[in-house]
Amino acid sequence: MNPLFHFGRYVILMKRAFSKPEKSSIYISRIFEEMNILGIGSLGIVAIISVFMGAVITIQSAFNFESPLIPIYAVGVAVRDSMILEFSPAIISLILAGKVGSSIASEIGTMRVTEQIDALEIMGINSAGYLIQPKIIASVLFSPVLIVFSMFLGILGGYVFGLLTGVVTDYEYVYGITYSFRPYNVFYALIKAGVFAFIIASVPAYHGYYTKGGSFEVGRSSTKGVVYSSVLILAFDLILTQLLLA
Amino acid sequence: MIQINNISKSFGDRKVLNDVTFTFESGKTNIIIGQSGSGKTALIRCMVGLNEIDSGEVLYDGRSFHTLDFKGKKEIRKEIGMLFQGSALFDSKTVEENVVFPLSMFTDLSEAEKRERANFCLQRVNLPNAGKLYPSELSGGMKKRVAIARAISVQPKYLYCDEPNSGLDPKTSIVIDTLIKEITEEYGITTVVITHDMNSVLEIGDNILFIYNGVKWWEGNHSDILKTTNQELQDFVYATKFMKELKTKF
Repeated sequence: MNPLFHFGRYVILMKRAFSKPEKSSIYISRIFEEMNILGIGSLGIVAIISVFMGAVITIQSAFNFESPLIPIYAVGVAVRDSMILEFSPAIISLILAGKVGSSIASEIGTMRVTEQIDALEIMGINSAGYLIQPKIIASVLFSPVLIVFSMFLGILGGYVFGLLTGVVTDYEYVYGITYSFRPYNVFYALIKAGVFAFIIASVPAYHGYYTKGGSFEVGRSSTKGVVYSSVLILAFDLILTQLLLA
Repeated sequence: MIQINNISKSFGDRKVLNDVTFTFESGKTNIIIGQSGSGKTALIRCMVGLNEIDSGEVLYDGRSFHTLDFKGKKEIRKEIGMLFQGSALFDSKTVEENVVFPLSMFTDLSEAEKRERANFCLQRVNLPNAGKLYPSELSGGMKKRVAIARAISVQPKYLYCDEPNSGLDPKTSIVIDTLIKEITEEYGITTVVITHDMNSVLEIGDNILFIYNGVKWWEGNHSDILKTTNQELQDFVYATKFMKELKTKF
């Protein structure tokens, strides 16, 4: 179908999702529930990936910085900037698009095909608001926490594996990660994280919400949700980088 | 009372409802029958606004549903209970949470009052000890009864039941039918039931609407239906061997 049709329908759905809640107290408790499911439930995978990313960047950087003109503390600089600028916000968001996005699309898609969304509508509840709004808010609020957590663990992972493999010394690595540090980079990363979090929650929710058919279509919606949100993350990564760093 | 006047609905080029007019009386069990694909479910989906109608009007006690804005429709929907074919219980919630859910959304009752109301509704559908179970732990008949409990928890004025007996054994079907009939009369609800089950039609049908190819083909009550001379309705009513034998006996 026409991409403009999907864009228009997505915008209308988001407008409905962010209309005034029937009962704010229920929506607030749903936001905390979703933070627990989408955010706390992702801490493990984010931790594992971040530590290993930091470790690999350290070893690869040390391997590539063979020239005597490049000081060894540049390994610390490379790990810090790679993690803060790109790996934590973008790669972790891509991982979350797979984990969280598929879960959102399949949950909402299943609710659609089993008439649970119709049941909400019949009760007089704005189903888009009740189901989608708390997921997006939870995702946007918790994503910066995950990304900062990832940055910290990535840099820590690089430190630990750098020392264990002997490619960098304790002093050089710590000097590197503090060398010419720009706090703006963290701000840039958090802006990206917020935008990506919105995409991760809203795009799969859109695909789930408009699922038609049965279990096969729920699977397809889930796949579409992950693919489109991943592509959009990459596109917005480029746009935001151009806007905020150029 | 729900009145539908000249309802028409098409999906693409396919016309599924053509100029259907009928009055669903309050305190009565109004039944819609018809073959699969005749437009029964499309009709009630149009009546509750899950599908938009192409033309015509639906009046809830004189209030025209389709001319209302989202907020106005929402107010009427709060007065509607619906039992879906697959029950449509929220699988992440327990039975009690399912029944409490509409109360939490639309009333200011305390937690204790909500639980009391939920337990009353569950007792009314003969499921007093099922509150802590999840929908996946229930049989088909139990799910239907929980869905009825959820629908009546907010004391609806209008109750829609989409094939309440589908997938149920004859004995459980009778339990569900009896429950729908009792609740309708007890609370004076306008109940609209879609069914294929002739036993249900004869047991609980006060007013009957027969839809054939999207058109209102016949209307009457359960005693008229057995004497009908309408060929299409006869084909539907006497489709089973049991009904054919019943016809020859009388």
